[in-house]
Amino acid sequence: MKDSVYFVSDNIISSLGFTSEENIKCLKSDSTGIKLIDNQELYNQPFYGSLVDTYGIDSRFSQFSNPSNYTRFEKLIILSICDALKNSDIDVRSDKTIVILSTTKGNIELLNTRYSGKIEKKRAHLWKAAEVIQRFFNNPNTPIVISNACISGVLAIIVGAHFVKSKQYDNIIISGADVITEFIVAGFQSFQSLCDGPCKPFDINRNGLSLGEGSGTIILSNNQNNYFNNDAVLFAGGSTGNDANHISGPSRTGEGLFTAVKKTIEEAKNIGISKVDHISAHGTATPYNDEMEAIVFDRANLSDVPISSLKGFWGHTLGAAGIIESVAAVHSLKGGFMIKTLGMDKLGVSKNITVVDKYTEQSLNSCLKTSSGFGGCNAAVLFSKAQGLK
Amino acid sequence: MITSYGIIKKNSAIVNGKVYLKGNQTESFTSFIKKIYNKLETDYPKFYKMDNLSKLGFLTSELLLSNKNMSKNYLEVEIGLVFSNHSSSLDTDKKFYSTIKSYEQYFPSPAVFVYTLPNIMMGEICIRNKFRGENAFFIMEKFDPKFIIQYSQNLINTGKIKCCISGWVELFSDNYESVLFLLEKKAYTEYTKIFKLENIIRQYKGE
Amino acid sequence: MEKLIVELKQNIVKNLNLEEVSWQDIETDAPLFVEGLGLDSIDALELIVMLEMNYGIKIESSETGKRILYSVKTMAETIIANKQDT
Repeated sequence: MKDSVYFVSDNIISSLGFTSEENIKCLKSDSTGIKLIDNQELYNQPFYGSLVDTYGIDSRFSQFSNPSNYTRFEKLIILSICDALKNSDIDVRSDKTIVILSTTKGNIELLNTRYSGKIEKKRAHLWKAAEVIQRFFNNPNTPIVISNACISGVLAIIVGAHFVKSKQYDNIIISGADVITEFIVAGFQSFQSLCDGPCKPFDINRNGLSLGEGSGTIILSNNQNNYFNNDAVLFAGGSTGNDANHISGPSRTGEGLFTAVKKTIEEAKNIGISKVDHISAHGTATPYNDEMEAIVFDRANLSDVPISSLKGFWGHTLGAAGIIESVAAVHSLKGGFMIKTLGMDKLGVSKNITVVDKYTEQSLNSCLKTSSGFGGCNAAVLFSKAQGLK
Repeated sequence: MITSYGIIKKNSAIVNGKVYLKGNQTESFTSFIKKIYNKLETDYPKFYKMDNLSKLGFLTSELLLSNKNMSKNYLEVEIGLVFSNHSSSLDTDKKFYSTIKSYEQYFPSPAVFVYTLPNIMMGEICIRNKFRGENAFFIMEKFDPKFIIQYSQNLINTGKIKCCISGWVELFSDNYESVLFLLEKKAYTEYTKIFKLENIIRQYKGE
Repeated sequence: MEKLIVELKQNIVKNLNLEEVSWQDIETDAPLFVEGLGLDSIDALELIVMLEMNYGIKIESSETGKRILYSVKTMAETIIANKQDT
């Protein structure tokens, strides 16, 4: 198909494992990675969150290079990209390949006066951290770095698709990560937005989010030879929109997300997609976010479409969230299944939306992924199976 | 086409090629930005809650919008923002760290934390003007106007938006520079001036 | 109580960056949120930090917060009551 943007390969690194398969297996069996974290270096009280196994990171990384020469953030990105590359034919050193990074805080801990490592402070600059990644993989193109709050991951996919369609590059390696740090925990605590247990998306008793860390990678390509069977999944459309309401609270009517969803669905019609079969929501489990999303899905006539929020498994992985959750959405399409919205016992939003409350096998052709973030930003992206499209 | 632009750099505020305000050589950012705010007669108390990066971006946008009536030609969802910078929100990030610098004095500030993301300044501009279209924030070592314009233009060409405020807003400590321009699909009146990117960049670089 | 009320008003103006408001204009009994000064959710969180940092008062639920932060008077009363308890 002309001008198509294919999902060629992917990876997820999180508390649930170091490959997409390991993670998806846990999702299918309702196994959460959110635990009580008791670490004085992160916060003076225990809190619920989802951490990646440090020994797992460093032991894997030592196959490539000395783990103490790279930050946790850099190692998460590099390991994720390495794994995604393993399952594809992409030449990472080609000038027709470019890396797009998505993160909110990158190597922010380098600026902490309590940081005791030996890595230069300059790598707190996101473009500098990106340079480290670029050099590791010997890619000739300066990576594109996106830092747009929690929509960074979805936005990176939209930007990546743009670069494939504009024919500037053949292959785009989109990788996102964020690390749980003292900075992040203190910040969210100051907003009193952390849940006192594993988060409960869309639940009537939800009272905040759980933080998570991890990385995810998606490789996009214009070359369907890189993915030769009928199970190919395409990028069908994506848009962003701003609430223009408040810098930290979402619009009560969901203006920005509604705009993003509407434009995305319109764009997908151009390649013959007329229906959304499944939604992977942002679903952070804060009282306001989930209510806002319910209002938007209702406004967009999507109340009958089964919705999953996966934040109950990984927590909110910030700059990685849009990518990790999109990987899960792509696997859902390919495998024909929907994951349970872990943490939801009783629906507690003002609209009668349909939330997936147990692992369900069902043939799916299209999946909408949404996300929202501080600054009133919102993004939506639609994935579709290639089979049967014009 | 670029139909308006603003530059704030080295104690100079420029709108569409003309110097709007010049501060003293050794003047601090805080002092100079307040002068611009007052000269523009902005009357927007929320300005004082913003971090320095957002103040810079916000007033640069106020400069370039000062002779534009956006709601006349555009719907809210047709106006987008594509910004970039070098330091992300590191200036504010450092301030946030200072609120948790010792375990004895550990009082993380939510008002500071909310600004520890570079895209918040776009949020402030959107709230002020009710702009509801596309947003994107890129981090780069140096301002790459070609990249920013190409991405913004593509959003316009594919019909996602009809105009875009794009550019570079960078601040770290007392080093600051911003250049924002308005990209429109067409000129709405015969009097609409069109500006050349090369000239804007030359002015931004101080040549 | 009077001295505390003045101090609270000055802290509110300073901590919330209310540059165009003078502390003398803040009415002691007037609501701080929605009407009156029209403070928002981030201001509320910032006041919670201020109360803890300067007066040792911990507010952990939004219901308690709404009650205590209603006006300068309710904040002052809470501080005085808290001092008497300790």
